[in-house]
Amino acid sequence: MNNLVMFFILSGLILVFSVMTVLTRRILRSAVFLLFVLLATAGLYFMLDYMFLAAVQLTVYAGGIVVLIIFSILLTSHISERAAMAGKWPMIASAFVVLLGAGVTLYTIYSYVFKASAEPAIPSTMKSIGSHLISYGEDGYALPFEVISVLLLAVMIGAIIVAKKEVK
Amino acid sequence: MHQGIPLHYFLIVSTLMFFIGIFGFLTRRNLITILMSIELILNSVNINFVVFNRYLFPHKLQGHFFSMIVIAIAAAEAAVAIAIIINIYRNFRSIEVGKVDEMKH
Repeated sequence: MNNLVMFFILSGLILVFSVMTVLTRRILRSAVFLLFVLLATAGLYFMLDYMFLAAVQLTVYAGGIVVLIIFSILLTSHISERAAMAGKWPMIASAFVVLLGAGVTLYTIYSYVFKASAEPAIPSTMKSIGSHLISYGEDGYALPFEVISVLLLAVMIGAIIVAKKEVK
Repeated sequence: MHQGIPLHYFLIVSTLMFFIGIFGFLTRRNLITILMSIELILNSVNINFVVFNRYLFPHKLQGHFFSMIVIAIAAAEAAVAIAIIINIYRNFRSIEVGKVDEMKH
């Protein structure tokens, strides 16, 4: 029962703040609402007992990406500026498309029977996560781990080259 | 911790969040808010992966690692996108999609 109450609080926060992220006309407020959405999502991960993932969500998403977005907002737009939205008919058309898509997806979710595996759960402790991440055998994730590290290096160099001032 | 919550509830939350993100992506006219809508979409997909992992395949950690990798990709994508947005701002003095309509500077 307590779980359910906590889940409804967190999911209510997620839904309300994601609607406000999308609809508010002040860009900086929109970024702060996005931060609340990401924090509530970390709360859902805590409820599912994935502590490490929740910590990654808090540090990388809520701590890193939102700060990056806020910095870029401060660099590119005036604080009193109101964001422009699409006109009336594009709004109605996209609302229609979105409601249709959500309806189809929810119908599919409800008509599909999910079969849970009966095998015993493995704990997602720091030790098991670390040994999975560097193992290259079965259930090992060494290759994606290395690919991600190369990608991050490439992204770092790419972002510097794209954003640096051209010398003429 | 997750006893008593049906799997469907998590899926409903992530579906609604995904389509709210799509709505923002379609109606926003500012590059940074479009980027924020994309972050919403990625986040909702992460919830799906984690919930399927926990409820349907608790003997593996595939969804867990997949969403960790998605978080890393999202950070990389945000960094490059913001570099591009700052470059666009430098050339056009605006990041409204309606005003950035030339592929030259």
